[in-house]
Amino acid sequence: MLKLGKKDFTLFLVVAVLAIFAPFILNPFPTDSAMAQFNAGYPDLMQRFVIFGILAIGFNILFGLTGYLSFGHAAFLGVGSYSAVWMFKLLSMNVIPAIVLSMIVSGLFAVVIGYVSLRRSGIYFSILTLAFAQMSYNLAYSVLTPITNGETGLQITLDDPRILGITATADGGIPVTNLFGLEMRSFETWNVGPWAFQFSVGYYVAAIIMLVSFYVAIRIFRSPFGMMLRAIKSNQNRLYYTGLNARPYTLAAFVISGMYAGLAGGLLACMDPLAGAERMQWTASGEVVLMTILGGAGTLIGPVLGAGFIKYFENIFSKINDQVVHGWVSFLPDGLEDVVVAIIHPFVGKGWHLTLGLLFMLIVIFLPGGLVEGGKRISALVSSRRNHNAGDAEAQAARQQPPAE
Amino acid sequence: MDAIILQILNGLDKGSAYALIALGLTLIFGTLGVVNFAHGALFMIGAFCAVTFSRLLTLSHQVVDETRTDFLGNPLKVDVPYMHDLFGEGTGAAIIDWAVPLSILFSIPVMIAIGVIMERGLIKHFYKRPHADQILVTFGLAIVLQEVIKQVFGANPIPTPAPEVFRGSLDFGVLLGFDPNAIIYPYWRLVYFGFAAVIIGAVFAFLQFTTFGMVVRAGMADRETVGLLGINIDKRFTIMFGLAAAVAGLAGVMYAPINSPNYHMGMDFLVLSFVVVVVGGMGSLPGAVLAGFLLGILESFASMNEVKSILPGIDQIIIYLVAIIILLTRPRGLMGRKGVMED
Amino acid sequence: MSKTILSRRGLLRTGAIAGAGLAVPTIFTASSARAFTNAPSGGAVTLGFNVPQTGPYADEGADELRAYELAVEHLNGGGDGGMLGTFSSKALEGTGINGHKVEYVTGDTQTKSDAARASAKSMIEKDGAIMITGGSSSGVAVAVQGLCQEAGVIFMAGLTHSNDTTGKDKKANGFRHFFNAYMSGAALAPVLGDQYGTDRKAYHLTADYTWGWTQEESIKAATEALGWETVETVKTPLAQTDFSSYIAPVLNSGADVLILNHYGGNMVNSLTNAVQFGLREKQVNGKQFEIVVPLFSRLMARGAGENVKGILGSTNWHWSLQDEGSKAFVKSFGTKYGFPPSQAAHTCYVQTLLYADAVQRAGSFDPCAVAEALEGYEFDGLGNGPTLYRAEDHQCFKDVLVVRGKENPTSEFDLLEVVQVTPRGQVEYAPDHPMFAGGALGSCNSGA
Repeated sequence: MLKLGKKDFTLFLVVAVLAIFAPFILNPFPTDSAMAQFNAGYPDLMQRFVIFGILAIGFNILFGLTGYLSFGHAAFLGVGSYSAVWMFKLLSMNVIPAIVLSMIVSGLFAVVIGYVSLRRSGIYFSILTLAFAQMSYNLAYSVLTPITNGETGLQITLDDPRILGITATADGGIPVTNLFGLEMRSFETWNVGPWAFQFSVGYYVAAIIMLVSFYVAIRIFRSPFGMMLRAIKSNQNRLYYTGLNARPYTLAAFVISGMYAGLAGGLLACMDPLAGAERMQWTASGEVVLMTILGGAGTLIGPVLGAGFIKYFENIFSKINDQVVHGWVSFLPDGLEDVVVAIIHPFVGKGWHLTLGLLFMLIVIFLPGGLVEGGKRISALVSSRRNHNAGDAEAQAARQQPPAE
Repeated sequence: MDAIILQILNGLDKGSAYALIALGLTLIFGTLGVVNFAHGALFMIGAFCAVTFSRLLTLSHQVVDETRTDFLGNPLKVDVPYMHDLFGEGTGAAIIDWAVPLSILFSIPVMIAIGVIMERGLIKHFYKRPHADQILVTFGLAIVLQEVIKQVFGANPIPTPAPEVFRGSLDFGVLLGFDPNAIIYPYWRLVYFGFAAVIIGAVFAFLQFTTFGMVVRAGMADRETVGLLGINIDKRFTIMFGLAAAVAGLAGVMYAPINSPNYHMGMDFLVLSFVVVVVGGMGSLPGAVLAGFLLGILESFASMNEVKSILPGIDQIIIYLVAIIILLTRPRGLMGRKGVMED
Repeated sequence: MSKTILSRRGLLRTGAIAGAGLAVPTIFTASSARAFTNAPSGGAVTLGFNVPQTGPYADEGADELRAYELAVEHLNGGGDGGMLGTFSSKALEGTGINGHKVEYVTGDTQTKSDAARASAKSMIEKDGAIMITGGSSSGVAVAVQGLCQEAGVIFMAGLTHSNDTTGKDKKANGFRHFFNAYMSGAALAPVLGDQYGTDRKAYHLTADYTWGWTQEESIKAATEALGWETVETVKTPLAQTDFSSYIAPVLNSGADVLILNHYGGNMVNSLTNAVQFGLREKQVNGKQFEIVVPLFSRLMARGAGENVKGILGSTNWHWSLQDEGSKAFVKSFGTKYGFPPSQAAHTCYVQTLLYADAVQRAGSFDPCAVAEALEGYEFDGLGNGPTLYRAEDHQCFKDVLVVRGKENPTSEFDLLEVVQVTPRGQVEYAPDHPMFAGGALGSCNSGA
């Protein structure tokens, strides 16, 4: 089916189903319940899940297959976003040209950076890519402000020229990014009893693109080209001895990976037309690395899980404040309630970094293969016990347990 | 000319911090083969050792001063440090004034203990794991450490002044025959440079002239063989980790008066110090020191107005630009060995 | 202690009709009566407090959050009422806003425009926030302001000092109470002239991003009008932690005043470094060398310790002010938290009250009605004297404080003393002033 093997097709199908029904899956709690805090099914976060999923899938093509650890992938994300926003400013609010341009420009960047950086390997390669990305970030924040709008980030304004479109709407607003008239930001809310499910146009556009990217990634993984890349990872010297030059292959992988990042950056700008310089900072590059390793480098689904995991913490845990915690444990007697709140307090809200750091450590220590390995262990456990446990809220990030990999 | 001398001084000073951090990183990497992303956090903890120690010295009890009022109009509570009670006001104040240099004594055991606990409790289990896992786990640790510091000390920088006698600056130019005010340099920064030189010298001497150092150097070159010789290399490596932590910590302690410590100062230095280590060449101690001073000096030159007017924004990227040029012309950095971290 | 958080989902704006096609009739509860984004349903209304909780400005963000919690308490009739009692408008009665109990959600801007927008979006999309407020940098303020304009909610800026926020990046849905770089220059210059004379040579060190540039431009213009000469302006990278190589050449440049256009960690380090180099003990051109920090923040100045003593700067508000509004605010904040509020806390508290008051007076949460109620609104009793929310650019005009680092502080909070309260008339400018030109408010968006 779709020229995929049986296992791959099942995996693809599972991902597709999860992506389509994400608005339900991510909103398991009724809106008015105390647990609604953990719902992730609102348009912005769902969009981020799939977009950062694309970024991580692309990163995995480079890192997972060839073993080259790029520490500057965020540069391509940023370049993609800037290209897309410029397209909105100059050409049209349609997302298609923006996405196309962001992939082309980031591809060109990747050719240049990759050509230079791939002359070295190992940590020397990592530092070269890091250096390029940091230079891009520092310049974007300062000297290049006319192009990037520096600190604030590149935004759409009321006086953009926009050749194939209107400068401002009839009532004096800024036009909205769209796909042939379908507005990215529009969404429907469906209320079912106490639940509310949001279906966002932007999310489904991004999800379809993610599925295409995922499909392409599977094909690359299974292709002779993919085999070649794996060979580079396992022993580059042996390849040289057989008379093969690995460089064109690694460069191709680097450029493909960079274009994935550019696509993700472009999509980010389509969903929310702003391109901030922080997207290129080393911390953003580090985040991609963490997503991939956390999910399971070299696996197909792992990076997507890792991306979801990190974005979930960033967006959900940072919003839990003391008032919310008090709400959860209000059934306890007063003295005990304050104690419990005091214990939880350092780990939520402004302490979300702490929780994330602890989880990084726990996962790497106990699950060397990342979340995918955790999934495998759980499914092994489940199949041996033949019973099904309902996952609690925290397991949600790891919800898309792959059946096989 | 005086401007150039001034920037060389600045470069040596910046370079001292880079070199000290890079030295510790390289020690850990060279001996244990571990990429330690938590090294910046150790530097930060060192600086907070100075903060903690001066807090301990200024532990106070409150005395109500009826003649003055606080911001709510209540009688003002004045903090009186116990040091003043113990040693009298003059000596007590002097001890508090010398908090930063004194905290060196406090920080060495603390940092060694932290280093040993880190190695035994966590890093040990990662010797055989891929570098990517090491990066992830130490990065996680770095986040945890800095968040803990943030919860205790807050996010704002905390002023940690040098002793009174080291405040102010030396008119260096007059000594060299320039006009007054042509080259002035703060005393404490000169102290920092001297201190760094001593530490770097001590580490090299230790590795060069002691049996312990010899075994460690042998272990850096070929761990397996040394192990086969029946030498307990693990134990020595643990001590090396403690030592590297102490070097980073001391760099942090002495840095506290230069810039007020804050919880994210480790992350600020982390990327830079990795660039320094790699430019120096993975696993090369002299390379790390050399690269530290080189990048420090180049960074200082790049910030000169004369340079910036020709190349706007050059000071934003100089470190990375130099790193790219060096890595492209010298494949393993300045003094790197073949085959280390190249796959 | 049994608070419950109800993150009520206001029904969302678009296409209730189209949605009906999908819906199962018996469980579909859309109402077509709403005309704007996140109209409050039920007895509560949700405000979104978007402040830095991680990163270098986390302490400032924490202080902002304290102020917001205090404001919510007062709006709901709790505590001692704070500035509700001194506010010139008596529309608010401590019964919530328009009869709706005030609830809030919090988020982390991370002081990054991207993250701040994501956080604000989740408040609007998930929690049904009707208004977003907070922030500790201009980049974030402009980015979130743009988002709120598109989403159709009101944005009440927190601490943002760049001219651009109400200049070239102004938006119809965004409002700023905090002062700006131009006002700092206009307030500071006469005092600098008095204290240091009109024949001075200034050397600027400027953080190399948009806020730094607008402040440099403003201070340069104001001091040059005074007769000062600008010897050199040097941009410093944002990520710089050690400013020695920028400070070292200052003494040789012939300048006798160093102006630090830095904020936060940059300011703490550059000021510390400048004092380390002994600049303040030097005589240049026969005059005492001086350092000026145009935007002072008491909270951040603590990080520089002793080094702030005697340094002149400007600030939006300071807790030692003796007007009734400031006293009431300091009292309720100090009683609740044990220390005096920062200027960031003050502006955030005031912004919340101003928003609530505007809703009350407009009789509606509709952003367009609220904006109309705020535009051109004159008020008093909130700590800054008589204040105007100017209709043309949504900037507040009020007195500006010129402060100096105190020589003998009585506590760790007592760092600044007010040198002069510069009257509002002196810091006003035309809406089309060149430093603010280039943008347009556009029309208000209610998301309808």
